[in-house]
Amino acid sequence: MIKIAIASGKGGTGKTFVATNILHTLVKNQIDAVLVDCDAEAPNAAAFFKTSQIGSVEVTQMVPIINADACTYCGKCHEYCNYNAIFILPPMKIINVIEDLCHGCGACSVACKYDAITEKPVSLGMVNLFSNNGKSAIIEARMKIGVMSPVPIIKAAIKQINDQVEIAILDSPPGTSCPFIQTVASADYVILVTEPTPFGFSDLQQSIETLRKINKPFGVIINRAGIGNNAVCDWLQKNNIPLLMEIPFKKEIARMYSIGELVSAKDLFFAKQLNTVVEKLITQNGNSCH
Amino acid sequence: MEIAVISGKGGTGKSSIAAAFATLNGKVVVADCDVDAANLYLLFNPTHEEEIVYIAGHKAVINYDLCTTCGICESYCRFDAISVKNSRIVISGISCDGCFLCSHICPEKAITMVQNDKSRMYSGSFRNGKMVYGRLSPGEENSGKLVNLVREKAKEVAKENNLGTIILDGPPGIGCPAISTITGVDKVIIVTEPTISGLHDMQRTIEIIQKFNLPAFIIINKYDLNSSMSKQIEEWCNQNEIAIVGQLPFDRQVTEAMVQSKSITEINPDHKISKKLKAIWNNILNQKK
Repeated sequence: MIKIAIASGKGGTGKTFVATNILHTLVKNQIDAVLVDCDAEAPNAAAFFKTSQIGSVEVTQMVPIINADACTYCGKCHEYCNYNAIFILPPMKIINVIEDLCHGCGACSVACKYDAITEKPVSLGMVNLFSNNGKSAIIEARMKIGVMSPVPIIKAAIKQINDQVEIAILDSPPGTSCPFIQTVASADYVILVTEPTPFGFSDLQQSIETLRKINKPFGVIINRAGIGNNAVCDWLQKNNIPLLMEIPFKKEIARMYSIGELVSAKDLFFAKQLNTVVEKLITQNGNSCH
Repeated sequence: MEIAVISGKGGTGKSSIAAAFATLNGKVVVADCDVDAANLYLLFNPTHEEEIVYIAGHKAVINYDLCTTCGICESYCRFDAISVKNSRIVISGISCDGCFLCSHICPEKAITMVQNDKSRMYSGSFRNGKMVYGRLSPGEENSGKLVNLVREKAKEVAKENNLGTIILDGPPGIGCPAISTITGVDKVIIVTEPTISGLHDMQRTIEIIQKFNLPAFIIINKYDLNSSMSKQIEEWCNQNEIAIVGQLPFDRQVTEAMVQSKSITEINPDHKISKKLKAIWNNILNQKK
């Protein structure tokens, strides 16, 4: 299996657009592929396919419950908690857990010498499983609204990938911090989707800096080519970074995307181009990454 | 008054719109809360009057001279960050959450916690006021805390310089940095676009805003890329009693302005988008909470 992550620093450059169209192209070519929507804060990929949900897994985290009768207000749990999730006022005999701040590390339970701490699971979100026309699946990470970090849900979604599939496409969240890293860290190759604007360029450079730190091979797709300027293209060339493909800015593409249509289903030239990119990646990166 | 511009979906035009509001008339404080991918400094080229080091959490590091590979740390770690490879304990910097538990329970005291200290916060001036922005070093965590820091600094700067309006340019998504951007602000502007994703992410964003009981104003950007989808967004907003304060057409001049490191209202104050933005801004400022 090869895992390809579709990512970008800047939001809205076309990650989901590229990921969904790649999945469509692969499936059409009878390749056993799965799309993992790792943008748990704003998951959208499933809307582009005729899907039916075939299952779901709840993702939980443990949070402490403090038994006030057993608690001696020694403050050890508060000292061990690095997230300020335990509020304690010993003279007043007040101790509270602030669940929103808890990361579920379990340090407080270890710290407590009086067996005053037990734990309960709280829901962080769901991993939803979809089949597409009875075939290739979509795995969707969906964070519960109000939860702070999508990372545990992203991890759980990636764990759902069946080892038997040939290609897993990971649709990454934007940014360059934890949710992005969690997604790209498990990929064999990263396609960065950018747009030729100053914002797109700046965020691309930041994503590349991160990928270099963790030694991930990557290439770039420029989306909406024709708007903005040539700075991205020139910079890629100067720095020998592979430009995998340019997708021209067309109102028709924007219109099709806006209503959830797959461009690769209508525009065969586009589908072929996308297919060439993916095939090349598989030959170059497929064997070395088992 | 703090006004946050957020979106749920990325790339809907948050920063371009925030930049326009920031350069319309009165001097303002701009706080770029998209610390993962800060962009407004590209348009505003602010001075760096102050640079503050931000500690973005910690990472566990093993001292192999002391480690006996007993594996206790591995069994306690809940973030799958510790594993044994070639009979050596390996800690993944990517998965480590910085909780300190392993450093507490290691019987050999072989684990120390190291600060992530590459992130920065800057405060300075730009052509229409003051600007504060954070830059999270790539791969570092805790962006919500950095957002809080940026906002505190922005308030301080506003007070010192007697500036009444703080514009917060938010991150995409609805997680920790987005929540930190909107907690306790006076008004929230949601920028959406007429796509299935735009609608879906806007709905999730509104849910989070309602949890915090904040007044929300919707701008549909690039509405003419799909007018019927814009109608659908409008209908949904009407049904849910959420105010749409304006609809802006798609225009390459907005991107052109960005290329010139300006806002649309700066390069073309008479452009129909500039005029609309001005009306929207005045409308939002005049709305009672």
